[in-house]
Amino acid sequence: MFEAILVMSVGAIVLGAALGYAAVKFRVEGDPLVEKIDAILPQTQCGQCSFPGCKPYAQAIARGEAEINQCPPGGEDGIRKLADLLGREFKPLSAEHGIEKPKAVAVIDEQTCIGCTLCIQACPVDAIVGAAKQMHTIIAEQCTGCELCLPPCPVDCITMETLHETVETWKWKYPVVTLHPAANLQ
Amino acid sequence: MTTPLRSLFDFNGGVKPDYHKDASTRLSIGVLSAPTEVPTELVIPLHQSIGGTPRPIVAVGEQVKKGQRIGDADGDVSSAVHASTSGTVSAIEMRRMPHPSGLSSLCVVLETDGRDEWIACQAFDHKLATPQEIRDYLRDCGVVGLGGAVFPTHLKLNADRQGGIETLIINGAECEPYITCDDMLMRERANDIVRGVVLMREILGAKQVRIGIEDNKPEAIAAMQVAVGDCGDDLQVVVVPTRYPAGGAKQLIRVITGIEVPHGKRSIDYDVQCFNVATALAIYEAIGLGRPLISRIVTVAGNVDAPRNFDVLIGTPIKKIIAACSPLPDTNRLIMGGPMMGVEMPGDEVPVVKATNCILLGSNKIFPPPAPEMPCIRCGECALACPADLQPLELYWFSRAKIFGKAQEYHLFDCIECGCCSYVCPSNIPLVDYYRFAKSEIWAREKEKSLADEARDRFEFRQFRDVRDEQEKSARLAARAAAAAAAKQLATTDTVAIPNTEASTEANEKAALIAAAIARAREQQVTATPQNMQQLSAEQLAEISAIEARRAEIREQAKPHLPPDA
Ligand code: SF4
Ligand code: SF4
Repeated sequence: MFEAILVMSVGAIVLGAALGYAAVKFRVEGDPLVEKIDAILPQTQCGQCSFPGCKPYAQAIARGEAEINQCPPGGEDGIRKLADLLGREFKPLSAEHGIEKPKAVAVIDEQTCIGCTLCIQACPVDAIVGAAKQMHTIIAEQCTGCELCLPPCPVDCITMETLHETVETWKWKYPVVTLHPAANLQ
Repeated sequence: MTTPLRSLFDFNGGVKPDYHKDASTRLSIGVLSAPTEVPTELVIPLHQSIGGTPRPIVAVGEQVKKGQRIGDADGDVSSAVHASTSGTVSAIEMRRMPHPSGLSSLCVVLETDGRDEWIACQAFDHKLATPQEIRDYLRDCGVVGLGGAVFPTHLKLNADRQGGIETLIINGAECEPYITCDDMLMRERANDIVRGVVLMREILGAKQVRIGIEDNKPEAIAAMQVAVGDCGDDLQVVVVPTRYPAGGAKQLIRVITGIEVPHGKRSIDYDVQCFNVATALAIYEAIGLGRPLISRIVTVAGNVDAPRNFDVLIGTPIKKIIAACSPLPDTNRLIMGGPMMGVEMPGDEVPVVKATNCILLGSNKIFPPPAPEMPCIRCGECALACPADLQPLELYWFSRAKIFGKAQEYHLFDCIECGCCSYVCPSNIPLVDYYRFAKSEIWAREKEKSLADEARDRFEFRQFRDVRDEQEKSARLAARAAAAAAAKQLATTDTVAIPNTEASTEANEKAALIAAAIARAREQQVTATPQNMQQLSAEQLAEISAIEARRAEIREQAKPHLPPDA
C-alpha cells in the first residue's frame, strides 16, 4: 500500500518536473494564432480595417473583437483563408471598409513635388525617399499601395498607378477542361 | 580522337516520337544575316536571358554599329544585349514578345542602314585574364545557353574552381522532333565549335571532354569527329542512342557519365558541367574573334514547303524567315521550339530572340487539335515515361486540385516540362499545362509572400524607430531643461561656474564650437583677397588706400564706444 503511493507520487513528481521544464524551455514567444493570422494578411499596412496596421488587426481578430471581412487589399481570397484558419463562416468584404482594388503603387509627380516631407511621415513602410525642400520619390518595389501618402500631400502630386501584368509576372492559366457529351450508347 | 569503345549508361523513361528531321537538313544553313537580307527594322528585346533585365545604354536617334552593346547587364545574373547590325535607334519602347502571354516588354528598335558595319572586334586573351575578368567579358558579350534555357553562360563557366572540373559535356544531342539547328551547325561549323570547346576546357580546367551526339545525326558525328581529330586536343565524340529527351542536360549527363544528379543538386556539385554546341560556338566567337552574340541558327519546319535552317540576326521578325520557307496556306499555329516543349507564339511579327531555336508552323493536318481530356485512370504510363523519375499522375492530381504544397513535395520543380507524360497519356490529359500552371502559381505566391514579409519588417522597424526617436527626443528635452534650471541656479546664486553636469559640459562644448567657427570666419576675412582687388591700376590703389585710411580714423574715433572685442 505504502509502496504503491510512493511509486505513484514519485511518478507524479518526475512527470510534473518534466512538464514544468518543457513549459519553460519550449515556451512560444508571442501568440501563435496572431502570427498565423498575420501571415494571411497582405501587410499593406493601410489601416482600412480601422486598426493601425496588419498586426493590430490580427490581434483583434484573435481576441474575437474584429470580423474577418475588414481587409480590402486581402480581398475575397484573404477572407476565405481566414475563414478556413479560424473555422468561421465566410462573409463578403464589408463595404464600409473599402473595396477590393487591383494592386497599385504610388507615383510622385516629381515636377510638382515641393519637398514638404509630409508623405514620408505618412508612409508606413518607409518606401519614400527625400528630404526637406528636396524632391521625393517612391521606391516602387517597396510600396504596398496603401494610399496613406495621398491625403497629406499639399499639392496633390501623388497618384496611384495600377500594376499591369508583365512578361515576368504573367502566369500560365489553369488548363481549360473541355466538356464533351457522353458517348452515344446505342 | 574518335569514339573508343566505352560503355554508356541509360536514363529511365523517355519516348520515341517521329523525328521529322530530314526535311530541314536537305538544304545548307541559309544566311539571313547577310547585308542584303537584313530587314529594315530590327526589334531587339532587352530581356533575353534568365535574370535581370538589362538597362538600355543607347538613346533614340543614336547611331550604332553591328555588335555595339545596347543593353548593360543588370547585376551578375543577367546578360548584355547588342545591336545585331549597324543603323539608328529609332525607338526604345514596349513591343510584343515571342512569349505565350503575348505581352510586351522593353525593346530597342533599330532602323538598319544596310551597311552592316562591325565595331572594332578584338580577341580576348583569356590566359592573361583573371576568372572575374573572363566572367565579366562573357557577360558583356551576351553569351547565354543557346539550347533553349538561355541561362547566362558566364555563371557556369567558372574558372575559379580549385583543380578544375572532372568532365565537360558538350550537348549536341538535339533530341526534340523537327529541330535541326544544332545538327546543321555541327555539320557546317564543326571546326569553330571545337575551338570553342577547347577554350571552355582551358577556362574550366576540365580533365575530360565528351561531345554527346544522338546516333540519328551521322553527318554531324562525322564532321565533329574530323574536327576533333584536327584540333589535337583529346576531346571525345560520344554517340548516344536516340531517345527523347536524351538532350536534357541531366539526362545527357546520366547517359555519358552515369552520374544521376539528385533533387536539389546541380551537376557542378558532381564535377560535371554541360553546354550546348551552339553555346560553344558563341564562346569561340566572343573570345577568339571578339564578337558578341548577335545571331543564331533557327530551324523553320512543320507546315512549310521548304523547311530549312537559317543564320538569323537577333531581332529579325519571325515572319521574315517564315516567308523564306513558303508556308502552306492552312497554317494555323505558330510554335517557338519543338512540338514537345515549344510554346505558342502570339503572332508572326515577334522578333527572333536568343532562345529561338525553332519556329514550327502547325496545321490541323500535322498537329490535329488535341482529343478531349478524359479522367486519369491511374494507368501509370506517365510514370514509366518520365525521364526525371517523377510521378506525373500525382503531380497532376495536386496541380489540378491546387494543392501546391503537396505538388512541391512530389518535386514538381524537378519536372523539365519535356512532355513525355502528356505524349503517352491514354486519357489525353495536357499534363504539362497543369505543371506550368502550378509552377507559375507557386512562384507568384512566393514572390507575394516575400514582399509581404519585407513590408512587415519595414513596418515593424518604422514603429520601433518612432518609439526610439520619441524616447531620444524626450531625453534630450529633459537634459536641456535640467541644464537651463542649473544655469538659472548659477545665475541666482552667483557662484563660479563649475562644468560638472553633463548638460553644462555639452553647452560649454557648443559655445566653444561656435566661438571657434567665428574665429575661423574672421581669419578668412582677413586673409582672403577679394577677386576684384587683383590687377588694379595705380589710381585705384591710391583711392583704396585713402578709403582705408578714412576707415581707420573712424575706427579710432569709435573705439571708446564699442565693447572691447568688436
Ligand atoms: S498516363 Fe494519364 S491516365 Fe495514365 S496515370 Fe498518367 S495521367 Fe493518369
Ligand atoms: S513533363 Fe515533367 S512530369 Fe512529365 S515526363 Fe517530363 S519531366 Fe516527367
